[in-house]
Amino acid sequence: MTLLHLAILSPFLAAILVPFLYKLFRKVHTGWFVLVLPILLFIYFSQFVNRTMEGQPVISIANWIPSLGINFTVYIDGLGLLFALLITGIGALVILYSIYYLSKNKEQLHTFYVYLLLFMGAMLGVVLSDNIIVLYTFWEFTSLSSFLLIGYWYKREKSRNGAQKSMLITIFGGLLMLGGFIMLYIMTNSFSIREIIGQVPEMSQHDLFISALVLILFGAFTKSAQFPFYIWLPDAMEAPTPVSAYLHSATMVKAGIYLVARFSPVFSGTPEWFWIVSAFGIFTMFWGSFNAAKQTDLKGILAFSTVSQLGMIMSMLGVGSAAIALDSLDDNIFIVATLAAIFHLINHATFKGSLFMVVGIIDHETGTRDIRKLGGLMSLMPITFTISIIGAFSMAGLPPFNGFLSKEMFFTSMIRVLEMDVFNVETIGLLFPIFAWVGSIFTFIYSMILVFKTFTGKYQPEKLEKKPHEAPIGMLISPMILASLVIIFFFFPNILAYTIIEPAMASILPSLLADGGHFHVHISGWHGPTPELYMTIGVVLLGVLGYLTLTKWRSVYRIVPKKLTLNKGYDRALYCLDKSSLGITKFYMTGFIRDYLVYIFTFFIVILGTALIIKQGFSFSLEGTAPVGIYETVLAAVMIIGTITVLFSKSRLTAIIALGSVGYTLSLFFVLFRAPDLALTQLCVETVSVALFLLCFYHLPEFKKKEKKLRFRMTNLIISLGVGTIVTLIALSANSQRVTETIASYFIENSYKLAGGKNMVNVILVDFRGFDTLFEITVLGIASLGIYGMIRVNVKREEEG
Amino acid sequence: MIQGILICSLIFLSFAIFATIYRLVKGPTAPDRVQALDALGINLISGVAIFSVLLRSTGFFEVILLIGILSFIGTIAFARYIERGVVIERNHSD
Repeated sequence: MTLLHLAILSPFLAAILVPFLYKLFRKVHTGWFVLVLPILLFIYFSQFVNRTMEGQPVISIANWIPSLGINFTVYIDGLGLLFALLITGIGALVILYSIYYLSKNKEQLHTFYVYLLLFMGAMLGVVLSDNIIVLYTFWEFTSLSSFLLIGYWYKREKSRNGAQKSMLITIFGGLLMLGGFIMLYIMTNSFSIREIIGQVPEMSQHDLFISALVLILFGAFTKSAQFPFYIWLPDAMEAPTPVSAYLHSATMVKAGIYLVARFSPVFSGTPEWFWIVSAFGIFTMFWGSFNAAKQTDLKGILAFSTVSQLGMIMSMLGVGSAAIALDSLDDNIFIVATLAAIFHLINHATFKGSLFMVVGIIDHETGTRDIRKLGGLMSLMPITFTISIIGAFSMAGLPPFNGFLSKEMFFTSMIRVLEMDVFNVETIGLLFPIFAWVGSIFTFIYSMILVFKTFTGKYQPEKLEKKPHEAPIGMLISPMILASLVIIFFFFPNILAYTIIEPAMASILPSLLADGGHFHVHISGWHGPTPELYMTIGVVLLGVLGYLTLTKWRSVYRIVPKKLTLNKGYDRALYCLDKSSLGITKFYMTGFIRDYLVYIFTFFIVILGTALIIKQGFSFSLEGTAPVGIYETVLAAVMIIGTITVLFSKSRLTAIIALGSVGYTLSLFFVLFRAPDLALTQLCVETVSVALFLLCFYHLPEFKKKEKKLRFRMTNLIISLGVGTIVTLIALSANSQRVTETIASYFIENSYKLAGGKNMVNVILVDFRGFDTLFEITVLGIASLGIYGMIRVNVKREEEG
Repeated sequence: MIQGILICSLIFLSFAIFATIYRLVKGPTAPDRVQALDALGINLISGVAIFSVLLRSTGFFEVILLIGILSFIGTIAFARYIERGVVIERNHSD
């Protein structure tokens, strides 16, 4: 346990304190106490930058379950540090924002900050763990805390639905990911990511390799809202806006990106990885931006835009993985995709965070997020307008904002897919730049909708619940910081280049670096009249055209009927699952004991029968059997007659008497086979039980006393015959396959010698095996007490009634 | 010799048992059936006795006694039931 472990676990520890602080200091907004922690953590983590720049990762191990190889190993390299800084930095800004966003008097602040801190700690654990089981643990913690945060306003039905949906989808992916992790363990016998990466050459031939790849990607895709699992993200917008800004733009949805980047050294270089990651990514990018343009809710636009941008990062990671296949650093043209992915990851966190906060401000100050009600806020909220225009233009990919740089690099990497000569890309490689370009046009359109539908146009005060005015300055600090970062990163992108981006690239593509080598990272705003530039110009021109003619082509969205959307599919699937499982349960859980007995006996017959057939257990021999005498035959005949009478008797009384006759015949059998004690007991017991049966018969209610013959059922006949046959066959087979001598001779020799009794049965009952007798006495005691209890309790109830 | 006699008496006993069973099944009134049951018990006693001679064993004498007791108690119980409607009367203090 070092300071590093403590740093990761500190949000969890702080979460314990939050409710106390909330109760003790009601005058102070609880957020101020919480704010301290992410700032401290941010400062603490930024001191590792020097270490990772030199390519020296920080490793620290704390034992957790050493016997299973599961230890809390913290491993800080460029990638982990980048995410840790994002989590703590944006975490601090979001908490600052939430202090002004959430009312001290109306909201349950302590639960909010407990959930948020849980989430922050879980996220730090995910990105800094080297052990995949620990990573999985923290991963599920993020799902859980995200569930709690989405359902923060638990009295609204939509919040609950959104929380449930995100929970189901992300946990589904998380469990599949666990399966992938376990497969990795089977292949490498290690839970440590570094050791797994070390064993990649031997492992990639393993049968489970591709399955592990697919399962881990399931986890990453569900978490990062890739197609078709993106459906939970728009519904998660029911969460408070700080949560949306933090979880659903900057951190949690990037956990999947982190996972793909982290496992790139293991899986990249395989065509499956390249194809799944980049194809799903690019399609998600297109699909998300296409759908974002039809939303009317500001947060809806941002949700789909997040989906689209995540798809963009994912596709760049996929294309970047092709760099491994080329296997040389010099003029390796695909490295730029990885570079662009990391750069855009940072950029997206800045501008999307600020946009979410801006939307929160608009919601807070006007009472609505519907763009049909908003308009003309430019002069009323000038600062908010400035911030949102910076964020949206950066998202659209315009200079002078950082989104322009990463979009240019995105186009570069997509164009370079055309030059790719591995993984059979030649065939449909052309689709990559086309999807990227069309997706970018839609990105431009929805970015414009976001800004101009809100801030320009006609001011409609009659539709607004409140009188809009500029937000308090405290609420504006965080988005202003993020917006200024957007501009700073454009003019000085190289402050990030060798401090953050290069070490992160080194952890994604370690095999391309010789010892001590570095990637050449150079990001520039102007790189000559390249095809990328023309593509951007085309995006702007078509985007402007598309935005201006929005009303004309909007009907495109009605081509796909609502019934066929993925959300309807999800709802239908849940409904059908519910319905069909209920149907199946109702089908076999009939409530009739008769039916359950049919199941039990059917399985009895089937399992015993097949086991006997498979193991060839049937064997019949007459060796060692005693000769059949006349008395046994007569008694057996009597017994059979009695049994058949029971089955075919018309009245219950006949059945009882016939059953009694079977019992007495049995006692005569005992006499015949020389078991006097058994005969005695059997006689007594039979008498008593016949008396009891008569008692039951006498007390049957009058109205049901109509005596009917037993109804005939074919299944019952078959099953009873089957059970009889099986038992008989087993008894015969067991008798003809005696393996060892009986131990009876021991009792014969020793019952007088050791126990001093001549009645061997009784000596066995009370001396050799007295334990059984003790507990049979107990059984009788319990039965009698139970009967007494049942009778007394009934009497009491009647008295009370 | 003695075995033959024993088997013969067993066969006669069986006839007797079947006759009492006929009365048990047919018997128009309940007392008829109770009497038949009592007779059946006595017949069983003699059956077991003959068996124990056949098997040359003294182990079954308790069975004989037990059947005697049971059939006596059973007959008494049925008689009480027919006479008074219940087998065990409640205490008046209850």
